[in-house]
Amino acid sequence: MHELSLVTSIVDTVTETLADHPGARVREVRLRVGALASVIPESLEFCWGIVSEGTPLEGSRLVVDVLPVVVHCERCGQDATLDGVQSFRCPRCNELCGEIRQGRELEIDSIEIDEPEEGA
Amino acid sequence: MTTRIVELRRGILKKNDELAAGLRASYAAAGVLVLNLVSSPGTGKTAFLERTLSELRRKGARVAALVGDLETDNDARRLAASGAPVRQINTHGICHLDAEMIGKHLEGWPEVALGGVALSGLDYLFIENVGNLVCPSSYDLGEKIRVALLSVTEGEDKPLKYPTLFNSADAAVITKMDIAEPCSFDRELALKNINEIRPGIRIFETSAKTGAGMVEWLEYLAEQRKRR
Repeated sequence: MHELSLVTSIVDTVTETLADHPGARVREVRLRVGALASVIPESLEFCWGIVSEGTPLEGSRLVVDVLPVVVHCERCGQDATLDGVQSFRCPRCNELCGEIRQGRELEIDSIEIDEPEEGA
Repeated sequence: MTTRIVELRRGILKKNDELAAGLRASYAAAGVLVLNLVSSPGTGKTAFLERTLSELRRKGARVAALVGDLETDNDARRLAASGAPVRQINTHGICHLDAEMIGKHLEGWPEVALGGVALSGLDYLFIENVGNLVCPSSYDLGEKIRVALLSVTEGEDKPLKYPTLFNSADAAVITKMDIAEPCSFDRELALKNINEIRPGIRIFETSAKTGAGMVEWLEYLAEQRKRR
């Protein structure tokens, strides 16, 4: 989809966060992206270097954790992880499951930063 | 230097989500049911909406529409022929509508305000999204009901090819049913595929040309409005 605008939003959010961490440099930004988010990790990575250039994020690594879809199966009374997004059937009992418990995430999980020592 | 990890747990589209939450609250306060119509270009969203607006107006309902396209106000002019207030949103290249665009276009719309309260003069507001089956699925517009449309000319496997959108929909509409036969449309397969991706979703089989399926669709709208 519009990975460029997503990356711009990520860089802005992280830059705002850095206001609380003066002098910090970003080593890594970790995302949580659900399999249903329609986002291609490679496209995010492709845009990363371009958008982060000239910001405190320049040179940082982007790590994308892709989360599989987890549905809740009414018949089994349990959650089940799906292999793909082509069918929303419980892998145990084959029941169609309408309740999505995971897979739509599109969030910044955490950042790893280098901070100057306090009082240094 | 010390290295440390800072937990953010922040939605990448948080700004849009916050704006959408604000819109949702204002729709609820105004008592208007808001629907977001999403499909490929050419599915027939505009024709379906023209018919929907006209039939609702005939029943005395107060309706309006926002319509998104990259360029031109052709769709707004078509929809306005129903007599309903319509505003065109031109995104100039952006492939989806977002909450900010909706908010901006709802501002100062006297035809749909009552006693100076935005949208309070409406029963239904339809938002026709930019024709695109990918990006609109990520952008909440504060709508109550997201409608995924699919025409009989597009192939029964569209829901399997674009699962994110169909999975995020609250209702599905099959359009152009009047030409299903010449298109060798496999109805059973289409229904099965939609249900594989969004189990239990309400599906309407319609034709804007003949009016097929419109009775069920309008009943559904009325039910949803009551449930608000």
